[in-house]
Amino acid sequence: MIKRKHLSTGVLTVIGILILLFMYIPIIVVVLYAFNADSVNYFPMRGASFKWFAKMAADDDLIRSLEHSLVIAGISTGVACVLGVTGGYGMYRFDFPGKSFMNKLVMLPLILPGILTGVALLTFYQAVGIHQGMMAVILGHSTFLIATVLPQVYSRLQQLDGNIIEAAEDLGATSSQTFFHVVLPNIQTAIISSALLSFTLSMDEIPVTYFLNGIFSTLPIQIWGMTRNGITPEVNAISSLIFIISLAAILISNMLSKED
Amino acid sequence: MSTKRKMFHFLRYGILAPSCIWLIVFLVIPYFNLFLYSFWKNGAFKVEKTFTLNNYIRFFAGDSSGSGHVMILLQTLRTSLIVTVIAIIISFPLAYFIIYAVKKARSKKILYMMTIIPLWVSYIMRAYAWKIILGTNGILNSFLIWLGVTSKPLDIFLYSDASVIIAMVHIYTPYVMMPIYTSLEQIPHSLIEASRDLGCGGARTLGKIIIPLSLPGIVTGATYAFALSMGDFLAPSLLGGTTSSTKIANIVQMQFGTSDNWPYGAAMGMIILVFVIVLMEITGKIEKHYANLNG
Repeated sequence: MIKRKHLSTGVLTVIGILILLFMYIPIIVVVLYAFNADSVNYFPMRGASFKWFAKMAADDDLIRSLEHSLVIAGISTGVACVLGVTGGYGMYRFDFPGKSFMNKLVMLPLILPGILTGVALLTFYQAVGIHQGMMAVILGHSTFLIATVLPQVYSRLQQLDGNIIEAAEDLGATSSQTFFHVVLPNIQTAIISSALLSFTLSMDEIPVTYFLNGIFSTLPIQIWGMTRNGITPEVNAISSLIFIISLAAILISNMLSKED
Repeated sequence: MSTKRKMFHFLRYGILAPSCIWLIVFLVIPYFNLFLYSFWKNGAFKVEKTFTLNNYIRFFAGDSSGSGHVMILLQTLRTSLIVTVIAIIISFPLAYFIIYAVKKARSKKILYMMTIIPLWVSYIMRAYAWKIILGTNGILNSFLIWLGVTSKPLDIFLYSDASVIIAMVHIYTPYVMMPIYTSLEQIPHSLIEASRDLGCGGARTLGKIIIPLSLPGIVTGATYAFALSMGDFLAPSLLGGTTSSTKIANIVQMQFGTSDNWPYGAAMGMIILVFVIVLMEITGKIEKHYANLNG
């Protein structure tokens, strides 16, 4: 009996490791071949070099698209944080008709395929006269990023001891004093963690951006274009860099959201 | 005093205003606008705002400008179903392994993190990875040559339905994995021990206790994977063949691009939207049903 249990644990471990390999081999391959000396992704690798990183750094279009993406992600994350924190706090403090509907609505752009939000915004922009371009993309990104901030803030608030808010108000604090001095400090880790998540999501977004960007490129759109034209290890280099940065962001975000 | 009180009142509720107004302007109205668009006519140079059902009729029955796209929708649903089923088959044993075979709490945490990290890895990086692995001069081919399995590169791996499915499974598995893990984690250990003590073997405990109790998680994950893979136009365009793996989202994309028929694209968008929302309502009901049974 004991032997059989060991056997099944062994089989399970092998299966688990195989599945993890399936998840990670593609990522490892991309990072490894960023250091390829050759431009062909041949196994085994023939020599190592940093030349693709150098080529990447000298690629003006790529760097420009990176700048666009940083601006878009920065502003959209800021907007989403303001809207998500005020909205989450409002939902926590007040009961109002349509609250559960709002709770569902805010999640829609994350659950629905991005192409739908993309074309919906495209037709709407055309109707109201917003031109495709950076502003159009920022408005779109802000909209779906609220879905990452608001629910996280709301759920953190629900774990909060409501007495501290009452105590502040009993002691004569105004609504805004309560909000800035009592509520915000207590939910700041949730805000930072969802801001990091938002930033990462925005930096990687294609389906919504694709319909709204017009002629200028964001980083993922630029990379997408490069991969469509063929295979260049430059893409490996930039992908590896993004991977390292987002890995750091996840680990920080995860540490913060698990706090308290 | 009373006016001041009123203002406070207004300010307090006012904190809801920015998010509510934003969601209405940039989410509700655009989707409603898309809905309206789907009933308009595509004129020679611009969209004519006259009511017509032709976009929907064209989708299901086809018209003079070509056959409909029901078949492509069905093929897309088939692909998404395959992706979802494989993602479940992969996720369940992995979650099960981490929860029941790994003993140390710390290793458990690290392994769980490892399964959700790919979710954060750039979409384009994951899709591109499969391109360099499966390509004719790619890593899989050169590996097979190196092993001596084949003498010249095979071009069967990339640009097929299979490569799209493999990449999508890789991309959407973490979405399935997360809720399955959560629901498995919530199963009380005592329940499993009780089942063993009452003489149930591993297989019966799995079939009678563990799988039914993790069903809400499986359903949640499957819904995400299905809905997202159904609307994915990037993986098919990067990894799919020229015609065979064109998916419904690619057809929508074309209507807003080269085909330049926004009303028809809007109608297809609405069809996908309705499909996804109905799917979510049904799976939501199933989850509730099972959660109630279990609770």
